[in-house]
Amino acid sequence: MAAPTPASGGRPVYIVDGARTPFLKAKSGPGPFTPVDLAVQCGRPLLLRQPFAATAFDQVILGCVNVIADEQNPARVAALRLGCGTAMTAFTVQINCGSGMQSIDTAYRYIREGTSDLILAGGAEALSYAPLVLKQDAVEFLAALNGAKSPLDRVKAAAAFRPDMLQPVVGLERGLTDPITDLMMGQTAELTGFLFGVTREQADAYAVESHLRLAKAQQEGWLAGEVEPAFARDGTLHDHDDGVRPDSAVDKLAKLKPVFERPYGKVTAGNSSQITDGASWVILASEEAVKKHGLTPKAVIVDSDWAALDPSIMGLGPVLCSSAVLKRNGLGVSDVELWELNEAFAAQVLSCLAAFEDEAFGRKVLGLGGAAGTIDRARLNIDGGAIALGHPVGASGNRIVLHLVNGLHRLGLKRGIATECIGGGQGGAMLIEAV
Amino acid sequence: MAFDAQHDLVLQALKDRERDLGPRPAEGVTSPWKTWTLARDGDNYAWALLDLPGTSANTLGDQVLEELDSLLGTLEQNRPAALIIRSAKAGGFIAGADVSQFVGASDPAEIEARMTRAHQITDRLEALTIPTMAVVHGYCLGGGLEIALACSHRIAVEGSTFGFPEVQLGLHPGLGGTVRLTRLIDPLQAMQMMLTGRTQPAKKAKALGLVDAVVPERHVRAAIKAAVEGKLPHAKLTLRARVIDSGPARAVVARQMRAEADKQAPHDHYPAPYALIELWEKHGGDPKAMKAAEIVSFAHLMTTGTAQNLIRVFFLREKLKGLAGKPPEVRHVHVIGAGAMGGDIAAWCAWQGLRVTLGDVKPEPIAGAIRRAAELYDKVGHGAPLKVRDALDRLIPDPKSEGIAHADLVIEAAPENLDLKHRIYAGVEPKMKVGAVLASNTSSIPLQKLREGLQRPERLVGLHFFNPVSRMQLVEVIRHDQLDPKVEAFARGFAGMIDRLPAPARSEPGFIVNRALTPYLQEALIMLDEGVAKETLDKAAEQFGMPMGPIELTDTVGLDIALDVSEMLKRDLNLPGPDAPDWLKQKVADKHLGRKTGEGLYVWKGGHPVKAKGAPAPDPDMADRMILPMINTCVALLREGAAEDADVIDAAMIFGSGFAPFRGGPLHYAKARGVAEVRAKLAELADKYGERFKPDAGWGSFT
Repeated sequence: MAAPTPASGGRPVYIVDGARTPFLKAKSGPGPFTPVDLAVQCGRPLLLRQPFAATAFDQVILGCVNVIADEQNPARVAALRLGCGTAMTAFTVQINCGSGMQSIDTAYRYIREGTSDLILAGGAEALSYAPLVLKQDAVEFLAALNGAKSPLDRVKAAAAFRPDMLQPVVGLERGLTDPITDLMMGQTAELTGFLFGVTREQADAYAVESHLRLAKAQQEGWLAGEVEPAFARDGTLHDHDDGVRPDSAVDKLAKLKPVFERPYGKVTAGNSSQITDGASWVILASEEAVKKHGLTPKAVIVDSDWAALDPSIMGLGPVLCSSAVLKRNGLGVSDVELWELNEAFAAQVLSCLAAFEDEAFGRKVLGLGGAAGTIDRARLNIDGGAIALGHPVGASGNRIVLHLVNGLHRLGLKRGIATECIGGGQGGAMLIEAV
Repeated sequence: MAFDAQHDLVLQALKDRERDLGPRPAEGVTSPWKTWTLARDGDNYAWALLDLPGTSANTLGDQVLEELDSLLGTLEQNRPAALIIRSAKAGGFIAGADVSQFVGASDPAEIEARMTRAHQITDRLEALTIPTMAVVHGYCLGGGLEIALACSHRIAVEGSTFGFPEVQLGLHPGLGGTVRLTRLIDPLQAMQMMLTGRTQPAKKAKALGLVDAVVPERHVRAAIKAAVEGKLPHAKLTLRARVIDSGPARAVVARQMRAEADKQAPHDHYPAPYALIELWEKHGGDPKAMKAAEIVSFAHLMTTGTAQNLIRVFFLREKLKGLAGKPPEVRHVHVIGAGAMGGDIAAWCAWQGLRVTLGDVKPEPIAGAIRRAAELYDKVGHGAPLKVRDALDRLIPDPKSEGIAHADLVIEAAPENLDLKHRIYAGVEPKMKVGAVLASNTSSIPLQKLREGLQRPERLVGLHFFNPVSRMQLVEVIRHDQLDPKVEAFARGFAGMIDRLPAPARSEPGFIVNRALTPYLQEALIMLDEGVAKETLDKAAEQFGMPMGPIELTDTVGLDIALDVSEMLKRDLNLPGPDAPDWLKQKVADKHLGRKTGEGLYVWKGGHPVKAKGAPAPDPDMADRMILPMINTCVALLREGAAEDADVIDAAMIFGSGFAPFRGGPLHYAKARGVAEVRAKLAELADKYGERFKPDAGWGSFT
C-alpha cells in the first residue's frame, strides 16, 4: 500500500472525539428537539468527557440546512447554550447534504493553515420542523394588506385575495426538489439507476441489508460512545436510531409502490433514506492542542475533495470526489479498507458502485486507464446507513466521518473514505487514517 | 447562560454605566442626612436617593422616615419641577419596614403613635403639588410599596417586583397601603394582593395599573420626562371597580373573601386577613376614615401572638440564612441517584444557576427526573421560556457519571442501603477533584458508618433535604466527629447558595426533624388502632395548626419510609412504646405505600387523599396526645445538644415539617403555654397511656 502524500503542506489535523444523537424518524408534526436542541443533547456529553473546558475551542462550526426562525445562526446559539462562552465565534455552513462534512472540512483547513488549534465541527437537522410555506403571491398579498393604511386602501388590498392563496406548500417537498432541473432527489436516483442498470430487486436487497446491519450494530452495542441518549422534556428517553426495522425483508419491500415516479419507478419509501432529525459533533485538533490538553487522537484527516456535476445525476457525486482524492494521494480504490458512502437511495449507492466498476466511466470521466475498481460490500456501510438510520440532511456528512473513524478503530483498520452525494449536483469526500 | 458562565469582558467593563441614579451631588457638599442624598438635574428635577449605610438592602425605619420628612421640608422651601425617588442599592427599591422595630411590641397605643407619625410623613409626600415619582428597580415590598404609592407616579424598571407581604407576618399594610392601593387599582385585585402577600412582576403591575410604565434602564429618563409632562397614560378604574367600591357591594364581596381566606388561614390562628377584610368592608368608601382605622387595626395586630410569632419566624429564617455564611466556590454539582429526592435536588440546583450532572445506574430514572424538572420550571418560571430552557440546559443527564471529575460537590441520593452507598463511594472517591466535597442525603444511616472505607472521611458531610425540595426550605447539615470544619462551613454555605436554610445538626438518629416528627406520626397510628377515624386525627392536628395531619403526612412521606425511620429510631435510641403495628408492615409488603402508589392509609385521587365526610369531631385531648411527644422530643434534642440552641430546633421544625408557624415553633409554643403545664400534661398522659409520654430529663433546665 503506498504511503499517502497530503495534498499540500500544512499541519496535521486530528479527529479527537465525536458523538451524535440517536437519529429520530420524523412523525407528524415537530419532533421533541429543534436543530439546536439536538446539537446541545449530543454536545453536552461529548464536552463533559473532554479534559478541556468548552471555552477552550477557537471556534464552533455547524452544518444546518433547515434553520428555524428562532435559531438564526444555529452554530452560535448552540455554542452559547453549550457553555462555550460569549467570546466564542461560531458560524453555520450550508451545502445541502454536504453541510455536516463541510463544517469538518472548513475546520480542517483553519487548523491546517495555523489559524486555529481546536474546533468543534458538527451538523444538525430537524426535518420534522420543516415549515409549511406560503406561496409567493400569498406572501405579497398579506404584506400589501398589512401595509394598507386607510380603510379604502385596505379594501383595495383585500380585493386581490384568491382562494388558492390558502393552500400552503409543504416546505420539505420544495426543499428536496432541485431548482435547476425541477427533479425531486428521488427522481435523480431513478435516473442514475437507469443509466447503470440497477434493478428494483437489487435496490430492495441493498435496503434490507442496511436495516439488518444497523440492527446488528445496535444489538452488539457497537454504537456505544458514538450515540449519546437524548432526554426530552416530556420524560421520553431516546436512546437508539428509531428508523431501523430489524425485521426488514425483500418480500415486505417488494410490496411497496414507487414513491417518486409512478407507476414504473423503482425507488420506493422502503429503499430510500428516511426523513429524520439528528445532530452530530466532531472535535478537531492540531498537534499543539493535542499536546496542550493531553488528548488521544483517533484519526488524522489526510485529504478532502469536493466535486460537481449535473444536478440530474447528483447521486454520482461521490464517485468523482472519492476518485479525485485517491488520485491526488497516489491511491486506488483497493487501497481503501473501509467506506462510508451515504445512502441517499439504494439505487443511488448501487449506481456509484457500478460507476466505479464501469470501464468507460473510468476512462472518460475519472481520467483513469480503465475502471476505478470494485468496492467490497463487506467494507461498505458496515453498520447500515441512511436507509435504516435516516438522513438528517445537515448532519449526515458529519455522522459518516464520525462512524468511519469508530469503524476503523473497531476493526483495527487504517485507511478509509467517507463520501456523500449532494443535492444540486455535488459530492464531498474525506480521506481518513486511524491513529 | 448554560454552563461555565464566563462573564463577558465587554459587559463587565461597562457595568458601572448600567444604572442611572441621577445627577451627582455638587463637589464637596456632604448630605445633611445619613440615609438620603438630594441633587438637582438639568431639568430642575430633584433626585432623592435612598442608600442605607452598612447594609445591602434599604428598609423603612424611623431614621429613614424622619430624614425623608426633613428632605421634604427642604423641597417645599425650594420647589423643583419634580421629585424622583430612587434606591441606590443594587438589589432593589425598599424591602419593607425594618421588622426588628416590631419585635416585642405589646402596647397598641405606642404603635399607633409611631404609625400616626409615619403617616404624617407619607401624607406630606403625597401632598406635594409637583409631580413625584418612584423609580423602582428590583424588589418593592411592604413599606417600600407604600412610599411608592404616596407618589403621583410609579415607573418600574424591567424585572422589578411589587408586593405587600405583611400578611405573612400576621399583619396588613399599615402605612396607608390599604387605602392607597384600593383606590389606585381595582379594589378586588388590591385586596387579593394584600390577602395573599404574593409579589407581582412588573408587567403584571402595569396591567393592574399599579405602575405607570415598565421600561428598561436605558429609557428611565425619557419615561420620567413623559410622566412630568403629563404624557404617560394613567390607568383608570373600570366601571366594575367603581361599582364594587360601594358599601353594599363591598359587603357581598367581603363575605366571599372571608370564605376564601378560611380555606388557607383559619380565623382562630390567623386574624390578619380578616382584619383587612373588615377594614375595607367598613371603610372602603372613605379614605380618611380608612387610614385612621388602618393604623388602629395594624397596631392591634402587631400585638397579637400570631404576629409576634410570625415575626419570630421571620427572624428564625434570617438566623438560618446567617448560618449559611459565605457562598463557597461551587460551579458544578454531581448528583448520584435520579429518584424522587435526587432528581428534585438536581433540578433545584440547576434552577439556581449551577451546572448539574445527574447520574443513575439506568438512564430511565434520569429521563423521569428531566420531566419532573421541566414541570417544576414551567411552574416557578411563570412561563419564562428562556429561563426554563437555560435551566434545562444546565441539568445534564449523565448515565456514565462523567460529571464526577468536574464536580465541586457530589451529592449522593441513592437508596438507604449501607452496602450500596459504600460501593458507590468506593467508585466515586477516586474520581473526585482534590478540593471537592462528598455529601449524602441520607436520612437514616449514621455518617459514622457511611464514612467507613473512605480515603478522606473528613470531607463527607450530610446534606439532608426535605420533600419537595422546591417548597421545603430546610436542609439539615449533618456533622460527624471526623468532619473537617471547613467542609461543614462549605455545606452550610452551599445550602444558602441555593436559597435553602441550613440547620446544623449532629449525626444522631433522625437528626432533628425526623426524630421529632416520628412520635407524632406513631401516636396517630396508635390512636388509629384504638378506633379513632383517620379524618378525625388529621382534623385534630390541623386545628392545632399543622399544615397537614399525621395520617395524610404518613401517606405523603410513604409508609415504607415512615416505617423504616420509626424502626430505626426505636432500635438506635431504645425508645419506649409499642413496635410498629403488623397491619402497617403488611401494607408496606402489599405495596400500599400511600400517595406514591395511589393508596396507603387513605385512597389518593389526583394527588389528594379521599377523606370521608361526617367523621366525628376531635376530642380536646387528641391534639395533645400527638403534638406533646413532638415537643418532648425537641426538649430531648435540646438537652442532648443536637443543635446549637432552641431557636435552631424551632426553625428546623417550621421549615422542615411546616410546624404551625403562627405558634413560633414547638419549643416556643411550650414556653408560651407554660413549661410547667406542658410537663404536667405529659406526666398525666404517661399515667394514662404509657411510658412513651414520660417528660424528658431536659424539662428540668428548660425555661
